[in-house]
Amino acid sequence: MLATTGLGIIRGERAVFTDIDLAVEPGEAVVLRGPNGAGKSTLLRILAGLLSPTVGRVTWDGAAIADDREAHGRRLRYAGHGDALKLALTAFDNLAFWARFEGTPVEAVDDALDRLGLGALGMLPAGVMSAGQKRRLGLARLALAPRPLWLLDEPTVSLDAASVDLLAGMIWDHRAAGGMVVVATHDGLSLPNARTFVLEKAA
Amino acid sequence: MSAFLALLRRDLRLAFAQGGSVGLVIGFFVIAATLFPLASGPERAELARVAPAVIWIGALLATLLSLDRLFQADLEDGSLDLLLVGGTPSSVVVLAKCLAHWLSTGLPLVLVSPLLGLLLGLDPVGIVMLVKTLLLGTPTLSLIGAVGAGLTVGVRRAGILIAVLILPLYVPVLIFGAGAVDLAALGLDTGPSLALLGAVLLVSLPVGTLGAAAALRLAVL
Repeated sequence: MLATTGLGIIRGERAVFTDIDLAVEPGEAVVLRGPNGAGKSTLLRILAGLLSPTVGRVTWDGAAIADDREAHGRRLRYAGHGDALKLALTAFDNLAFWARFEGTPVEAVDDALDRLGLGALGMLPAGVMSAGQKRRLGLARLALAPRPLWLLDEPTVSLDAASVDLLAGMIWDHRAAGGMVVVATHDGLSLPNARTFVLEKAA
Repeated sequence: MSAFLALLRRDLRLAFAQGGSVGLVIGFFVIAATLFPLASGPERAELARVAPAVIWIGALLATLLSLDRLFQADLEDGSLDLLLVGGTPSSVVVLAKCLAHWLSTGLPLVLVSPLLGLLLGLDPVGIVMLVKTLLLGTPTLSLIGAVGAGLTVGVRRAGILIAVLILPLYVPVLIFGAGAVDLAALGLDTGPSLALLGAVLLVSLPVGTLGAAAALRLAVL
């Protein structure tokens, strides 16, 4: 279980947020909402261990993630604003790199591409793909190998309606298998039984 | 280990792919070294005397030229976050990137250097020593350079900043590297110079990887 206690962070001499207490149980989805600049991305980066909070702590099953960032890294998937693609490489090679980097089987790549409706585009360089296709290719990493915690930052940007449904389906399957999701989103990603967590803009 | 090899393979593929940096770096190295005789005149004995210095400084600048993309490209497309949060120690990530950088810039420079040595009238003994010193010295350039690249990742126009930060740290490599070639040309003992080049490499291996890893964590985390 992922939990935060009294989380707060100061960036550029401004408190982005304070006193965030958030707990995510297996199978649960939390949707982060709030105006621009409320700290949704910052919170996700803290949960990923990419950023250290000024006060408070993040724990996984009671143990602080700061004590073992590498172990925490192996149980999460983070999808940020960038798609983390190399435009000179094909869609397949992009995913195959991340599979090898994680030490998961490369055989999973074809399934992951199929899952996002990119099965026919595997040999296409990422550089010639549309923005929506690139985003889907970035999200295909989620389907490489199961990891318990997904942290998604605006995953629906530039996706069409069908792809948003596809993503919602993947998130549903992930939760059905006991996975957790924390997602920051503004628009129509509808997740059944998701808890909404509102971040207010700090004064 | 699989993460290390995967990253090494990917970076090498990208470096040698279309739009990669390998050809540019070698081109710069060759042009910089051939401009020198045009400026100083074709006096053969004079050229041979300054050849080690010219080639070493050319190698140094060519390495510097490629350093600003070392981590910048990964930062821009979001890969750097995933590399650092993927469960692999950040020093391993840095080491893989440094090795790929050396294989795609340092090693090609070493391979081209005999040609430039010939061009500048260096004798065979000098050319052999030139290759030896570059082989020992260029990995150090990549490792020390990685610290500068890590510190300036995310900074606009990082290239000039890296040069200002890193060039002073290249001084020992330059002194022992070019110096050994001079000594060889005079028929003197080059052992101490080579040993010192090796020592600098051994020191820069942990300092470069751990330093760059810490710098990246500061920049990204």
